[in-house]
Amino acid sequence: MACRRNSNLIRGLLWTSPWWLGFLLFLAGPMCISFYISLCDYPLLQPPVYVGGHNYKTLMADPVFHKVLVNTLVYAVFAIPLGTMMAILLATLLNRRVVGQALFRTCIFVPTVIPIVATGVVWLWMLNPRYGLINHALSMIGIDGPSWLASPGWAMTSLVLVGMWGVGSPVVIYLAGLQDIPTALYEAAKLDGASRVRQFWHVTLPGISPVILFNVIMAIIATWQIFALPYVMMKESSGPDRSTYFYTMYLFDNAFRFLKMGYASAMAWIQLLIILALTGVVFLLSRRTVHYRGA
Amino acid sequence: MLIAPSNRKAGTAAVFVLLVLVSLAFVLPLIWMVCVSLKPSPEVLASPPSFFPQQPQMDAYEKVFTSESFDFLLYTRNTLIIAFLSLVGMVVSSSVAAYGFARIPFRGRWLMFAVCLATMMIPFPVIMVPTYMIFKHLGWIGTFKPLWVPAWFGSAFNIFLLRQFFMGIPKELEESAMLDGCSTWGCFWRIIIPLSKPALAVVALFHFLTVWNDLIGPLIYLSHQGQFTLAMGLQFLQSRSGDTPWNQLMAATVLIILPVLLLFFLAQRTFIRGIATTGLKG
Repeated sequence: MACRRNSNLIRGLLWTSPWWLGFLLFLAGPMCISFYISLCDYPLLQPPVYVGGHNYKTLMADPVFHKVLVNTLVYAVFAIPLGTMMAILLATLLNRRVVGQALFRTCIFVPTVIPIVATGVVWLWMLNPRYGLINHALSMIGIDGPSWLASPGWAMTSLVLVGMWGVGSPVVIYLAGLQDIPTALYEAAKLDGASRVRQFWHVTLPGISPVILFNVIMAIIATWQIFALPYVMMKESSGPDRSTYFYTMYLFDNAFRFLKMGYASAMAWIQLLIILALTGVVFLLSRRTVHYRGA
Repeated sequence: MLIAPSNRKAGTAAVFVLLVLVSLAFVLPLIWMVCVSLKPSPEVLASPPSFFPQQPQMDAYEKVFTSESFDFLLYTRNTLIIAFLSLVGMVVSSSVAAYGFARIPFRGRWLMFAVCLATMMIPFPVIMVPTYMIFKHLGWIGTFKPLWVPAWFGSAFNIFLLRQFFMGIPKELEESAMLDGCSTWGCFWRIIIPLSKPALAVVALFHFLTVWNDLIGPLIYLSHQGQFTLAMGLQFLQSRSGDTPWNQLMAATVLIILPVLLLFFLAQRTFIRGIATTGLKG
């Protein structure tokens, strides 16, 4: 029996070896290195010198670090609730049986498969104040459109709006969630005389609440990694007055432009802690509001 | 399937109109992109802009193909090489590891699988710097290797996805095959893999898209223009947009988007099913 168990262990380790080798080589190992480097002054071309918590202390006093923290938070505060509401709304619409349902679903999903660089280029031109379609459309209804990407407030707004263009993938996830809600629940609600709106609040929303939780957590992780879209769309990649300079962009610049590997690593560790903390908070908050069927 | 609780015609009509408007808003930028790419240069800079080109022509495409600063064919070749090498590795390694987690009852399996799931939470930027240092040490900077070798170790997400799929396949199939003298590898290769084609297609498709769309990876690891991927090439062309007319930029964008769109329409079901299952079971 013991022999059998050992052979299972060996077989199990062999079969799973791609994962744990990759885990050691490309994740656990690098993370240990990263932690050590974060305690060092390491300008890449010279060997690292241990400086203790110096990088972390410098970060706390770095105005650009504060700026990217605030920018990323502001983006998250607007983009995540807006995206969630829009995705649920669109999914509810797309779930109604109407002529051309498949075509509508395709239209809303198509932008999500497009490379972000391409998205950036297309929207640069859409938002061009003089030649772009957006301001032209606004002028037709008598609004003098802003110079979207050139002023700090509008630059952030533009990014949030362009981000909404990719709402298709959460929509598909919500759609699947909606289709999982037993129709009996709606029938019961109707017998009790519940209106459409009440059905939405008391059947639909609780029914898809685990999906909302999943999507919000994914969105939080994604927000802290936002990089390509502002990198493509903004001049100098940080936008007017650094208004669209995000966390990962500053980390990238520190590492690969200023070659401050230690400083960048300290940023990476703070990023990880922030994401874990936010996810933890969302989980705790969700314990009262998320309903798992059969639980 | 959810059946609409009541079928009031006015409500349905309102939903229909709303959906038409929203769908238009989502595809309009793409249609306009094609229109701009077909406009002659002076027409692009007409203010106010026209939606459709007055005199459609393919000039911009010709110029993109012959452009010095955007070697479309070379970038496509580079992207395809990276995509192919990393796709094969991703599918093979993820399915092997997933089979281990799904079917081999070894001690510590649950702990390992839990760690595997937890690693999905770790964002790429956290390991960006140390992995760069490792690849630099190996002399891989300026080669394609950092962009495809890691895929040969699978990814937590795909392992999770495939493991869930494998768990849904009845064990009896393998048990009877084993009685007939089939090895574990034989079970995996002859039973599990053929039955898992839909899930493998999802993994392959999404990984292909990831590679095709990736900007930050090539930006970190590739150094000269001969190695650029399409995404990076477009970014490079765009960043010097002072020199590049917008109809050419749009033509290049159309060329990059076209293959993904074709793939999407060919494999639409796989796409939708992939997102729905990966999302829900998470």
